[in-house]
Amino acid sequence: MIEVREDWCKGCNICIDRCPVDALEESDILNRRGIRPPKLKEKNDCNFCRLCELICPDLAITVFPDEKEKKPVKKTLLTPVGGKTK
Amino acid sequence: MVGIKTADELNKKFLREGMWPTIFCNGCGHGVVLEYTFWALEELGLDMDKVIFSSGIGCSSRLPGYINADGLHTTHGRAIAFATGIKAADPDFHVIVFTGDGDCAGIGGNHFIHAARRNIDMTVIMINNFIYGMTGGQLAPTAPLGSIATTAPYGNIEHPFDICNLACALGANYVARWGVSHPYQPIKSIKEGIQKKGFSLLEFLAPCPTAYGRRNKLGDIKKHWAWYDNNTILKEDLEKIMKYGTEQEKEQVKEKIPLGVFQDIQKPGFFEAYEKLVDRLKEKESKPKGAKK
Repeated sequence: MIEVREDWCKGCNICIDRCPVDALEESDILNRRGIRPPKLKEKNDCNFCRLCELICPDLAITVFPDEKEKKPVKKTLLTPVGGKTK
Repeated sequence: MVGIKTADELNKKFLREGMWPTIFCNGCGHGVVLEYTFWALEELGLDMDKVIFSSGIGCSSRLPGYINADGLHTTHGRAIAFATGIKAADPDFHVIVFTGDGDCAGIGGNHFIHAARRNIDMTVIMINNFIYGMTGGQLAPTAPLGSIATTAPYGNIEHPFDICNLACALGANYVARWGVSHPYQPIKSIKEGIQKKGFSLLEFLAPCPTAYGRRNKLGDIKKHWAWYDNNTILKEDLEKIMKYGTEQEKEQVKEKIPLGVFQDIQKPGFFEAYEKLVDRLKEKESKPKGAKK
């Protein structure tokens, strides 16, 4: 599940372009600036890699791992440096 | 590791809410660098009352205004000079300087050179977008050969300024250059740079679709971001190709910009040396005059 702060999004669509599993698309609603913020596709392979969250220039996207839906995916990196702390 | 896991919590901790959204153009790389800095600070777990941000003039220098910590927005090119003053007044502070390519390499070049030479304990995050973006697209000293700007309408004929090479030559403790499209390496680099005692320089190649991309016919945001992926190469790969590659491969990578950590050494910083000097003189003073060994 992703959450987008619609009034912060400027519509650069980098998240859609960079998504490794192509899970995002433009939504139908227009925000205050007149652009269409991203949303998850209805059928998607999102594995919560959090690239869109880390790469968003306006810090508008937040990714929450879905607790209910169990998908057969590899364990993903949930911390930006791969969970390794010195 | 305990603490923040999502961007939403990160924003609540580090952002000055009223200032957001940023003034940056659509597709600009500066916001990404800000976010990487947040993640690095979060990973380090620093007290934000002990971190001071300093910046000069330009797009990149708007960044301290968005952070919920103390910051200085200073005169053009003098961000590093002001940061030196902060560090001299209280060496306990972590000083982070946000500066642009025109601010650091162009106008404040001499301040940068001497801060690196003295090895003053600060982290300089230089966001390089090849152009003076805020003032209308004048040619910056880091712009590649042949790039078009308002002050170079027929193409740049000046050779670009490699600021990482300069910092290495001056003996800075940590020098790295990264793009903005791969998150994990830059976050790790910023972390190491803040932890390092001594001068650390982090250069980021940030896309500027409005001032640079549009004039140089690099296409829309998507193509402009892809340009940075196609025209950069990891330092290790470049070295391997230059050593073992064929002539054709060498020709291909010649024009590309190397990325990676260029220098990681441990030299004593200016303030460590200064403390030692003070201790030495105090010891001398406490001894009675005329006493011989």
